[in-house]
Amino acid sequence: MHLHRLEKIWLTIGIGMLAVFLLVLGTMAFSMGTTTPSQHHHTIDPSEVSTTAPFDKPGLTKAGDKHFEAVMVAYAFGYEPQTLEVPAGSTVDFKVTSSDVVHGFSIVGTNVNIMVVPGEVSQISHTFDKPGEYLILCNEYCGTGHEYMKTTIVVK
Amino acid sequence: MKQTFDRGDGKLVLAHVIFAFAALLIGGIAGMLQGMVRSGMVTLPANIGYYELLTAHGVLMALIFTTYFIIGFLYSGVSNTLGGRLYPLTRKLGWLGYLTMSVGTIIGVVVILLGKATVLYTFYAPMKASPWFYIALALVVIGSWLSGFGIFHQYSRWRAENQGKLSPLFAFMSVVTMLMWQIATIGVAIEVVVQLIPWSFGWVDTINVVLSRTLFWYFGHPLVYFWLLPAYICWYVVIPKIIGGRIFSDSLARLSFILFLLFSIPVGFHHQLMEPGISGFWKFLQVVLTFMVIVPSLMTAFSMFATFEMNGRAKGAKGLFGWLKVLPWKDVRFFAPFMGMLVFIPAGAGGIINASNQMNAVVHNTLWVTGHFHLTVATSVALTFFGIIYWLIPTVTGRVLTPKMNKLGIIQTLIWCVGMLFMSGSMHTVGLMGDPRRTAYTTYDDHPDAVLWMPYHVAMAIGGMILFVGVILIVYNMFALMRAPKGETEYPIGQVSEESEPTPRFLERWGIWLGLAVALILFAYTIPLIDMLNNTVNSPGYVTW
Repeated sequence: MHLHRLEKIWLTIGIGMLAVFLLVLGTMAFSMGTTTPSQHHHTIDPSEVSTTAPFDKPGLTKAGDKHFEAVMVAYAFGYEPQTLEVPAGSTVDFKVTSSDVVHGFSIVGTNVNIMVVPGEVSQISHTFDKPGEYLILCNEYCGTGHEYMKTTIVVK
Repeated sequence: MKQTFDRGDGKLVLAHVIFAFAALLIGGIAGMLQGMVRSGMVTLPANIGYYELLTAHGVLMALIFTTYFIIGFLYSGVSNTLGGRLYPLTRKLGWLGYLTMSVGTIIGVVVILLGKATVLYTFYAPMKASPWFYIALALVVIGSWLSGFGIFHQYSRWRAENQGKLSPLFAFMSVVTMLMWQIATIGVAIEVVVQLIPWSFGWVDTINVVLSRTLFWYFGHPLVYFWLLPAYICWYVVIPKIIGGRIFSDSLARLSFILFLLFSIPVGFHHQLMEPGISGFWKFLQVVLTFMVIVPSLMTAFSMFATFEMNGRAKGAKGLFGWLKVLPWKDVRFFAPFMGMLVFIPAGAGGIINASNQMNAVVHNTLWVTGHFHLTVATSVALTFFGIIYWLIPTVTGRVLTPKMNKLGIIQTLIWCVGMLFMSGSMHTVGLMGDPRRTAYTTYDDHPDAVLWMPYHVAMAIGGMILFVGVILIVYNMFALMRAPKGETEYPIGQVSEESEPTPRFLERWGIWLGLAVALILFAYTIPLIDMLNNTVNSPGYVTW
């Protein structure tokens, strides 16, 4: 099939840039640890969340120096536990599941933005360098009270 | 002058267009109210919920307005280019499809307004709507299949009667659009018929949520190409005629459509990048496949501007950009789709950002995404469709476009662009700050971050009101066109440039392309689907509204 000379140049530049972009994206994702969240496939019976460890006792536990694990349950319309507090510079490993419908889990001002799907455990880590009161909100429509579904994490 | 369009076929086309614009009007009212609620300007009476409005807006605009208009438009072009009239079976299937979709739409709208299906147009399980909502959706899909079969019948019978001839470009593109639609809707049909309907009737207790989301997005992404391809048909086939030029290349136009057929389907995971249950490898693989559609998009952009430049130079335009001056800026049939093309440049760039694997975390489920598809479908596609009615309605009803209507069309286009600049511009900006989409008025207990979003919500509402004026005007224009002075309007179908080379016949070997499309789908989905079927715990249903 005949291609116009200018179209060849146009497509070569375009496809070349596309290839470079995908290469950068893939390299960063798979060798620099920025891949999409919830890499470890981990299921849970969504009807038994309140009796299944560790979600029977949602909360913050210390895992090391400035390293915490936050076990959280998203439900219509809120999150358990209701308050979280960590010192500045802490890394928090979030483990979140839902006890009813699909929810979002987004921490405003960070790149933490994951879906919480019943039957699955979502996981993501984040290091909070700056002190402040971070807003955690549900960004997936989940019912009438969706706009009230939020909590905060205080970084001191 | 002799009749330019079969009047019987014209009735079928017009019925689709009128239904589409009725949906646009109701969806537009819902949309404007949403903007006013979210910005805190009004509080709805207790018996109307924000999320009912949102569900109605999404279903009527994204599913009903688009599908009806697309089928009407494709039938018009197929009738015109494949023999000048629809074969009896094609016309029957067209009307049967129309009736089936309409029954579905009416049931669906009633169920939504009764508050029995406030699940938005993505209806994510385990939110459980009334079974009638899912049945309504199934009817809409089945109706669209019947209409698609009509187009296939027209095409194959025409080919049988015209052995050895190359099919008209419009017809070829319509067949690709409908083939893609048939393959894509299989996903949502399985979700609705096998998973959702039995579950919402209570015949089974639980549902595989991850699987249902995957089946939805297997359909949900090609859906956006189902909106876009008919706009591309207008750009490739109709616009060259309207500006008085020629189609740059028939074979490249066909090739780009084939690439869309191959690469718009095996890519649904890029809507699920932030969710559990799918491994990072398969997400990235589908991201790569997603980006393959950039190639035909680049080809389309080149073809459009090549057509404009060749046409300008043929008319004696000089200099690097002299050809821009001779374009018919005062002709709404060109101006509205052209503004759509222009908007598609930032809209497409935004789409690349959304699909960029880990970078999706910045924008996922924020108002940025809403801003994005209000540029793609609600501007690029919608303005192209609006531009089409100024010749389509006169053609199928035996009337002519008056200078006054043309002027109203230009004004409508400008209103739309200004409204969208306000609305989509603020959605994009505030989305980057983390403001969630699909959320009613809230300040999250006056959290300082959320309070800062409010001025953007006000700008969105102002944009929404301007757009509503645009909706009123386009609906008025549609009815006014049906009352325009009698006369004959030619169906604008572009001729291919003489310098263009003959089209290779392998582009019409459907076996090859369908085989490749199926192979890519199997490659992208088989292993993740097996994983989902084996390693997921099902969930019961909930009514949370």
